[in-house]
Amino acid sequence: MRRARPWLYLLPAAAVLVPLFGYPVYMLGLLSVFDYRQAQVSGGQPTTFVGAGNYADVLGDPRFWQVLLQTVGFAAALVVATLAVGAALAVLLTRVSPIPRAALSLAALGAWAAPAMTGSTVWMFLFDADLGLVNQTLGIEGFNWFYDKWVTFGVVGATVVWHSFPLVMLTLYAGIQAIPGSVLEAASLDGASAWHAFWRVMVPMLRPLITIVVIQSIIWDFKIFTQIYVMTNGGGIAGQNSVLNVYAYQTAFGSSEYGLGSAIGVIMTLILLVITLFYIRALYRTGERL
Amino acid sequence: MRFLYCAAALVVLTACAPSTAPATGGGDEKTGTLRVWLFDEPNRAPKDKVVQEAVKEFTAAHDGVQVEITYIPTTPARHEKFKGAFNDPASAPDVAEYGNTDLAEYAAAGGFTDLTADLQGQDMTAELLQSASVDGKQYGLPWFIGIRSLYYRTDVFSELGLQPPTSIEELTAAARTVRKKKPELYGIAVGGEYTFGALPFVWAAGGDITSLDGPEARKGVKAYTDLLSDDVCPPQACASLTGGKTVELFASGKAAMGILGNFNRSAVDAGAAASKYAVVPLPGFDKGSLAPAFAGGNNLGVLKNAKHRSLAVDFVKLLGGKAYQVKMYEAMGNLPTLTSARTEVAGKEPFLKPFLDTVAAGTKFVPIDPAWVKIDNGKVIPTMLQKVATSQSSVDEATTEAATAVKAAFGRS
Repeated sequence: MRRARPWLYLLPAAAVLVPLFGYPVYMLGLLSVFDYRQAQVSGGQPTTFVGAGNYADVLGDPRFWQVLLQTVGFAAALVVATLAVGAALAVLLTRVSPIPRAALSLAALGAWAAPAMTGSTVWMFLFDADLGLVNQTLGIEGFNWFYDKWVTFGVVGATVVWHSFPLVMLTLYAGIQAIPGSVLEAASLDGASAWHAFWRVMVPMLRPLITIVVIQSIIWDFKIFTQIYVMTNGGGIAGQNSVLNVYAYQTAFGSSEYGLGSAIGVIMTLILLVITLFYIRALYRTGERL
Repeated sequence: MRFLYCAAALVVLTACAPSTAPATGGGDEKTGTLRVWLFDEPNRAPKDKVVQEAVKEFTAAHDGVQVEITYIPTTPARHEKFKGAFNDPASAPDVAEYGNTDLAEYAAAGGFTDLTADLQGQDMTAELLQSASVDGKQYGLPWFIGIRSLYYRTDVFSELGLQPPTSIEELTAAARTVRKKKPELYGIAVGGEYTFGALPFVWAAGGDITSLDGPEARKGVKAYTDLLSDDVCPPQACASLTGGKTVELFASGKAAMGILGNFNRSAVDAGAAASKYAVVPLPGFDKGSLAPAFAGGNNLGVLKNAKHRSLAVDFVKLLGGKAYQVKMYEAMGNLPTLTSARTEVAGKEPFLKPFLDTVAAGTKFVPIDPAWVKIDNGKVIPTMLQKVATSQSSVDEATTEAATAVKAAFGRS
């Protein structure tokens, strides 16, 4: 009975998670080993088992590797940028008087609350070649921000960071507030500058929080879809700005290739699972028992 | 713990293969309600008026029959509607209007009935019949088509002393002249994502989608991408344009020419270019020849799940017949598919002449194969055009890559 008790406690969560999460993942895995397209769904053609055929197709496509590499690079840059912006503003929040602090918090919450679709569209309008506010302010009307690959990634990346920095900022702000004032006071009495106090005192004390925020950002940025899909019209000129999720959608779901799409889905799930393992390890280290 | 294992085992046992829909639920009842799906339009009233007239005529001729018309959206959500109708006989209509580029996917899914025997002897060109057929079986009656031709600005052309082009070479030269003398204008509005603007160039050279790496197709791709250059339509602005955006450019008076459809007339008339434009057929490579246009349009089909097969065929023949094709043209501006109906509307409306000349010279269609959906969704042709326009690849490299992608798409279907 004693051995069974932990499982008993897990039962309510399992009752929700198994049907809502386990079953779709199971179906995803199942579909990924079949040749399963619209013709098979509506019964026009029989469903055939192709084993690892879909996986071989995906992994054998050089475009998949190119997009995967691009996704990893873009996500890495986004994580660094989000963290830098979030951390800088979190420190700023602790230093300013209440009214600017409230204004900054509200602005951040607004960005956080904006649906990805709406935010992307608004940013796209801001950077419109002919009518955009940015071009009109800079006096470079007609400049197309979505032409060069890296400029495009820059604008889309800024949108993503705008969407995701509030979480980092508020988490780190809460963390900084929790640092006892006496510690910082001791540091300054010992002659530490603000810069040193930040790197030598705050960062080590915030390390567990930072780890969690980083891993959450990795998962978030790796799965990026809406901003790229909306702002670059599905991957940019000649698909140069495509990321893994957009690629999966276009090569698979847009063409009703459900089997192939499921295989890409399974591969993405596995990659994210590995990252999640690191996340769980990080949670353990902070002493937050699961 | 054992409970979990049991539950898992149960799930595995009950779902060992993905589910498919039951074979078919069709029938041939002679009375009852005939259900018809037609596409909704931004301005539906005139279409609905013609359709209701046809319904009245139909119910007068058939006792105990009602017709229920449902308007469905043309957004991508239409695919879900159709897939639902194929999967579930209870929610299937008897007759449906569908876009002819969607046909291959619907036919492969086994959604529509073979009407070859029912629609014998239609007065229609072979190319148009082909746009409703898969593997020699006809899955519907072409109801109307839209054709693209070359719109040009009469004021700009007369100011610069230019003549409407009669070959692609003349077109390119005219476009360069405009851009040079009037740098605020694009010579011609072309776009890297404008598949149906680029394909006529490929077809005019004798190439096709299935042979993009052939010398003919390369000649066409080169001619089109030559227009996506700083001296005609700078890639910075034009490489990412879709067909719809080129319509906007021409309508707002920012381009001296554009490859627009007969269905874009109202958009142009509402813009700055209104009453300052004329239309000629898009020329081919040889002087005086015409580039084959893409015959996009809608068909009327009978679903395999239809419960009133004969009634449905009768209704398709009535609504798709000459009288109602002409009425639909008058109401909506849709080009008739029947040759006799086209001759009749051509006499009434000089604006249509270049479009009808284009149809008469021969139209082309995308491969009627589920592979096309993949080629289209995978943006194979836009990617090819954009790589050339942005100098990421040469014409040879880009066309070879596109041909490989096309082959791969066909290989899997």
